[in-house]
Amino acid sequence: MTTPATTQVGGPLDQGPPAEPRIGSRNRTGDKIFSGTATAAGITILVTLAGIAAFLLYEGFPALVAPAEDVPGGEGFWPYVQPLLFGTVLAAVIALVIAAPLSIGIALFISHYAPRRVAAPLGYLVDLLAAVPSVVYGLWGIFFLAPQLVPVFRWLEQTLGFLPFFAGPTSATGRTMLTAGIVLAVMILPIMSGVNREVFLQTPRLQEEAALALGATRSEMIRMTVLPFARSGMVSGAMLGLGRALGETLAVALVLSPAAVISFNLIGSTNSSTIAANIALNFPESSGLAVNTLIATGLVLFTLTFVVNFIARAVVARRKDFSGANA
Amino acid sequence: MAKRIDVKDLDIYYGSFRAVEGVTMSIEPRSITALIGPSGCGKSTFLRSLNRMHEVIPGARVSGSVLLDGQDLYGAGIDPVSVRRHVGMVFQRPNPFPTMSIYENVVAGMRLNGGRGVRKAEMDGIVEGALQGANLWNEVKDRLDRPGSSLSGGQQQRLCIARAIAVKPDVLLMDEPCSALDPISTLAIEDLMDQLKKDYTIVIVTHNMQQAARVSDRTGFFNIAGTGKPGKLIEMDETSTMFSTPSVQATEDYISGRFG
Repeated sequence: MTTPATTQVGGPLDQGPPAEPRIGSRNRTGDKIFSGTATAAGITILVTLAGIAAFLLYEGFPALVAPAEDVPGGEGFWPYVQPLLFGTVLAAVIALVIAAPLSIGIALFISHYAPRRVAAPLGYLVDLLAAVPSVVYGLWGIFFLAPQLVPVFRWLEQTLGFLPFFAGPTSATGRTMLTAGIVLAVMILPIMSGVNREVFLQTPRLQEEAALALGATRSEMIRMTVLPFARSGMVSGAMLGLGRALGETLAVALVLSPAAVISFNLIGSTNSSTIAANIALNFPESSGLAVNTLIATGLVLFTLTFVVNFIARAVVARRKDFSGANA
Repeated sequence: MAKRIDVKDLDIYYGSFRAVEGVTMSIEPRSITALIGPSGCGKSTFLRSLNRMHEVIPGARVSGSVLLDGQDLYGAGIDPVSVRRHVGMVFQRPNPFPTMSIYENVVAGMRLNGGRGVRKAEMDGIVEGALQGANLWNEVKDRLDRPGSSLSGGQQQRLCIARAIAVKPDVLLMDEPCSALDPISTLAIEDLMDQLKKDYTIVIVTHNMQQAARVSDRTGFFNIAGTGKPGKLIEMDETSTMFSTPSVQATEDYISGRFG
């Protein structure tokens, strides 16, 4: 025990009993280290983001203001980036539309339906899918998935050809926007089902029992408690998946043979590329303003991802009072 | 409405572990039956076996029978889901659905019971009736669209009671319904139980012996011989008899506080 330093006013007789340790002493070293580390980590992410944004703006700016005929394609930056932006969003949306219900199904099966000794290995396997490099997915897309899908695309063209998505003519190689979307869906499936599984497992037991005690079947219980409780978590999972789908480069670059078009035809042979794939394909042979143009497209992708995330946050916050966090 | 329950030689198992052994009791309609006993004596497990809620734990099973007005709840082909639609339950801690409004909480059970086609006006009537039945209507009638979790603990518990009685069950099970509440809210729930017993058969598990003495008509005392041994129903009688002249020494020891 340490004796606090005291100022002596009178003689030695005035010293009195030794002072008690003061209440509310601020000597909490561990706490300071902890809060310091957390703050530093938070600042790091802000600085990194700001650095990336600054780089993209600085390097991309020349392309934004350059005369139209100097930009690759000869029509200016916006006409150049539009098909790419369209392709990026289209591929990501296809991936999300396929992966969202599938990942919820997988996660629900693991969290609420599968017997325990099946659930654990299955969850582990799904997590393992996330570790497969994207180039492997791309190769799988070209050599396995694309040929398998050709008959499916033919069938889609024949039966649903009246929809612009399946207007055809069907690509003979199967390397189409829909193929790229499916490959992306498989890639984002592990992260999405992993997040969903974790939030489903967090549903308070008391909530689930409340539903069961009212006479809910298991699926009714899931609809009444698990899914509403997990809503914001599912949106977060979808955003993580969408982020990966928007930025995915290699798998798309391998699968698609790009053209600068805007087409809703998902099964034809002319497909718009995506921003990331376009950068990867063209960067090695670019110089001068072409490089600035590619970086500017990167800025567009960066902004797009930001906007998507803000929208997702807004969706989650809209019914904050009703979130499971109040349980 | 209000049915009687006859339990015969009920053993409850979790896997190979026998949690409750040889319970035989009759629960009268339109009365309150209290179950008391030390922690781990199986009274909550027994309560949950009355609407098959104990089956949410994998490996749970029973032998013996539980008859609801003569119909065996564990008979062949009986769906636990439909059992729970007739035997409602209120839990230890208030558990309104946090993602639903007060109104939606009350109608949650009805929506399950195929009440999707019920007209709005009729639904409103049922909500008002259930909330009035739970003595909550005056406090929440102006904010039915607010989340159930915005209420105080005592109000939340009454909301849970409203939710349970909105489906007009035959029996209402209460598992320590006041253990998370302050004395004022506890009193409100006890008053409410007294009103509800006009229409329902109520079974309550409580650790509060004064509460058992105050609210119940009959009391059952559960005890356990030791850790790992099954819980048993030691004695069951009129509440006044149980608390004045119990016939078993263990009951008297427990009630008078001379117990472990």
